[in-house]
Amino acid sequence: MGKGLKRLIEDKKNQIIKTWFDASVQTYAPDTAEFLKGQKDPFANPVGNTTINGLTFLLDQLLKDFDRKTLATYLDPIIRIRAVQNFTPSQATEFIISLKQVLRNTLKKELQEIQLAHELSAFESKIDQLCLLAFDIYMECREKIYEIGANETRNRIFRAFERAGLVADTAVYQPKVEKTRT
Amino acid sequence: MAEELPKPEELIQIQHHSPKTDWISTPTNIRKGMYCYASNPKSVEYVGLPNAREWNPMEEDWKLPENWQEIIHQGFKERLERFRSFKVFMDICVRCGACADKCHYFIGTGDPKNMPVLRAELLRSVYRNDFTRAGRILGKLNGARPMSLDVLKEWWYYLFQCSECRRCSVFCPYGIDTAEITIMGRELLNLIGLNIDWIATPVANCYRTGNHLGIQPHAFIDMLDFFVDDIEEVTGVRVEPQFNKKGADILFITPSGDVFADPGTYTCMGYMMLFHYLQEKYGFDITWSTYASEGGNFGFFTSHETMKRLNSKMYAEAKRLGVKWILGGECGHMWRVINQYMDTMNGPADFLEEPVSPITGTKFENAKSTKMVHITEFTADLIKHGKLDLDPSRNDHLKVTYHDSCNTSRGMGIFDEPRYVIQNVCNHFYEMPANTIRENTFCCGSGAGLNAGEDMELRLTGGLPRANAVKYVHEKHGVNMLACICAIDRAALPPLMDYWVPEVNVTGVHELVANALNLAGQNDRTIDLRHEDLPGIEGESEEEADE
Amino acid sequence: MNARYMVSLVTVIVLFLIAWAGTALGLQVLFGIIIPYAALLLFIVGFIYRVMNWSRSAVPFRIPTTGGQHKSLPWFTHAQFDCPATKWQVVVRMALEILTFRSLFRNTRMKLKEGGRLSYQLEIFLWVGALAFHYAFLAVLIRHLRFFTEPVPFFVQLIENIDSFFRVEIIYPVFKFGIPGVFVSGIVLLLAVAYLFLRRIFTPQVRYISLASDYFPLFLIFGIALTGILMRYITKIDVTSAKALTMGLVTFRPTIPEGVGTIFYIHLFFVSVLLAYFPFSKLMHLGGIFLSPTRNLTTDTRTKRHVNPWNYPVPVHTYEEYEDEFRDKMIEVGLPVEKMPEPEPVKEDAPAKDETPAEEEEKE
Repeated sequence: MGKGLKRLIEDKKNQIIKTWFDASVQTYAPDTAEFLKGQKDPFANPVGNTTINGLTFLLDQLLKDFDRKTLATYLDPIIRIRAVQNFTPSQATEFIISLKQVLRNTLKKELQEIQLAHELSAFESKIDQLCLLAFDIYMECREKIYEIGANETRNRIFRAFERAGLVADTAVYQPKVEKTRT
Repeated sequence: MAEELPKPEELIQIQHHSPKTDWISTPTNIRKGMYCYASNPKSVEYVGLPNAREWNPMEEDWKLPENWQEIIHQGFKERLERFRSFKVFMDICVRCGACADKCHYFIGTGDPKNMPVLRAELLRSVYRNDFTRAGRILGKLNGARPMSLDVLKEWWYYLFQCSECRRCSVFCPYGIDTAEITIMGRELLNLIGLNIDWIATPVANCYRTGNHLGIQPHAFIDMLDFFVDDIEEVTGVRVEPQFNKKGADILFITPSGDVFADPGTYTCMGYMMLFHYLQEKYGFDITWSTYASEGGNFGFFTSHETMKRLNSKMYAEAKRLGVKWILGGECGHMWRVINQYMDTMNGPADFLEEPVSPITGTKFENAKSTKMVHITEFTADLIKHGKLDLDPSRNDHLKVTYHDSCNTSRGMGIFDEPRYVIQNVCNHFYEMPANTIRENTFCCGSGAGLNAGEDMELRLTGGLPRANAVKYVHEKHGVNMLACICAIDRAALPPLMDYWVPEVNVTGVHELVANALNLAGQNDRTIDLRHEDLPGIEGESEEEADE
Repeated sequence: MNARYMVSLVTVIVLFLIAWAGTALGLQVLFGIIIPYAALLLFIVGFIYRVMNWSRSAVPFRIPTTGGQHKSLPWFTHAQFDCPATKWQVVVRMALEILTFRSLFRNTRMKLKEGGRLSYQLEIFLWVGALAFHYAFLAVLIRHLRFFTEPVPFFVQLIENIDSFFRVEIIYPVFKFGIPGVFVSGIVLLLAVAYLFLRRIFTPQVRYISLASDYFPLFLIFGIALTGILMRYITKIDVTSAKALTMGLVTFRPTIPEGVGTIFYIHLFFVSVLLAYFPFSKLMHLGGIFLSPTRNLTTDTRTKRHVNPWNYPVPVHTYEEYEDEFRDKMIEVGLPVEKMPEPEPVKEDAPAKDETPAEEEEKE
């Protein structure tokens, strides 16, 4: 990426992050979105704080080289939250795409320049890459949820019984246990 | 040129689900992952609760009794007379919003109806319509609405998204307790057979066999026998628990989760080792019971009556065995029931003696009437009097933080005892941030009967605030062990950690005690109760000291 | 959602018009005597009825929220006021709750930000606003006793002196303001009500949960404060004749003196409406807070037994039923039982019938 766009984005970083964050929490109910934006205590508001911290870092990283691993570290907490919330996959990941619009709106005037427009489309394909990465993480999280759900019974009850060598017996005289815990 | 490109939001059309409408007219959408399966009719029938039948919350028809509205109305009326809490809480909320962002389910899910005030308004709206004149006249404008099938489904959905943790009641200027409202709401739902199976079946099991899992007496003994072997393998010492022993000094009751589910099983071994130590050294005489083999009480999540029916076994068994007093294991809602309900419901326990520690002679003045002592009170007292031979260095590989369970915190006030015990058996202890512990503690997200498998999303979102605080101390201090004194926590926190902070494990306090406890005649203790090697302790062990 | 506050606003405006028109039509007797008496009667009867109604409901369990370390072993510091064990500690807890809104204060935390600067979170304004509102209201109420007593008691005088401590006087030959001394309480009341209203409008969470009955009292109190302030500082009324009217009311010799302005009747009408509305609304939190079972009970539930007036016997699963179902299995693992099975005589451990179970349960 050329120096031009990078500097422009860095100059307006705070504004871009803020708009991007606002766009990201729009997926929540309006009063919830306000809470996510307003409450600054990271422990009273883990969703909002994880999101804003993650976005800040992601933008920084996008301005550098596209390093999947580093990006994933910061994308993961945000996606991890959205993967358990009331979202469809597209809703859970769309906030990344919304960065494109945020950039276009914030840098409207500057982007008239043809050179910058080229740089922008290069930058935008990074955003696309990031979005694909988000899908991977999203799927990982969903699989994890199913795995936890499926294994919970096994890990806890069954394993304890198994260790005690009671499994076979249990099935015979206590079918209720298995039934209850599934 | 930039202007000519199609705009991103034109490319992806995403439906935002922001309810722009009034909450009262926003329909409820029962979502997979957020609700628990309906109760099994056999369980409902076994304990003789109303309207036992197969039903499915996702289907249109909930197979309600013909006159369900009448039943709810009458039940509501009755409870307003029976519970001042309910009546006052229906009337005095000013909707100041102080509670709104205090609920872990709201923080995690972002669903506005999980704000405590709105959860209560679900019932209040019907109360206004049915029991106040102003409400009836002004209608929706004043937040009143008649009971309907939609309202009922909304009740069911959101009353089973409350873990009765009472965090909101700490912040309410009038002490309005959403747990109390949820308890009443669930009682009403039970009148027409709308329970969840994760509550109904444990209730039936507990009623019949004495514990939630429906474990019969011989299996219970087999399990504890196995722990005896396991402890021997780890320590080289064979412990000898006593069961249903008449004339023992003390009866011990703990949640059955400790006996049958990891990692509670290690806590259970912890109790056994502690009792053995005391028996050997001081002649401590304590018995387990298979009849009252459940401390937890899912009746509490059904109705006051069901709670009383299940709880009755504790005093009944203490009386039958002729013990002096009762010692209670690590459990959350079990202790809320013991602390605030048991004596009133099933007391007075005049056949028992005021509890005195047979080892230190300490009188447990604070349990004078109920005659039941919390095990961390008991152990803290032992430690204070130097009665335990402890080697905390065996827990040196652990960096421990402590999760205050909701019920023992806000329904009992036991904060310092477990901390005192932990700090005496571990060398590395770190607190989570102040607004997430003690009376401000965040729920595990699975309390009040919600730790089923099918509502995993609800549990993981509800547990996020807790996990987030754990993550913080994990990153800051390298915390790798989360201690708690609640069996539901021990069941619910491991999957929660697995998702949010996989590097952190979960333990009961007495597992830590047992690992530090030196037993007479023990081997060189190179492994802990989980059979994990203890770093730094080189063992030229003779494997096990076979008896 | 706008409907909720619009309706309330319109209602208050209509009330204003009613009082104004009534006075213009010469219904002074109605607005100066009949309505105030009726409203007061409604307030007293309604308030007592509501409180009685609450107290009629039982307190079956002692369920206080424990907000701190309970009283247990002597070396743990007992949080006396967050987890009160005695009646007196409860009194202190309640006093802190009622006089300082302690729970509401929990909302706010002081935080040291980077650089060591102390910063408060936004929520502190709710606490400050609520305190300002209630205390200003109280001060105004006490000051108004001047109109209902003769001679004026010393504490009313005292409150007035404190209240007008910040005397604002601007006296130019052409413009005079601040005579008589400005009462801070009135201004604070007006500002606090405005804040509480704006908060409801602009904080989305609070707007989402607010009902018409949350806005109405705010508008009404705003109206009361505003008319009061107008009377005192702008369109001055004849205080002597106003007092003649109010004294007439308290001495049950009601009169309608000449020269009491329309605005006085509007003020009085608003107050009457507030009184009449009070017992039927959330304003009853004034009485309810004293009866809140999570706050006004002791936490010594394990020390002293609490009696439930309607405690009734319930079906239980007895030990005998339990043993009957599982006896064989219990015997199999060596558990002591109360009743040995009768049919076939017991083989080996017959002595362990019931009273003397084996010392250690040697299984198998």
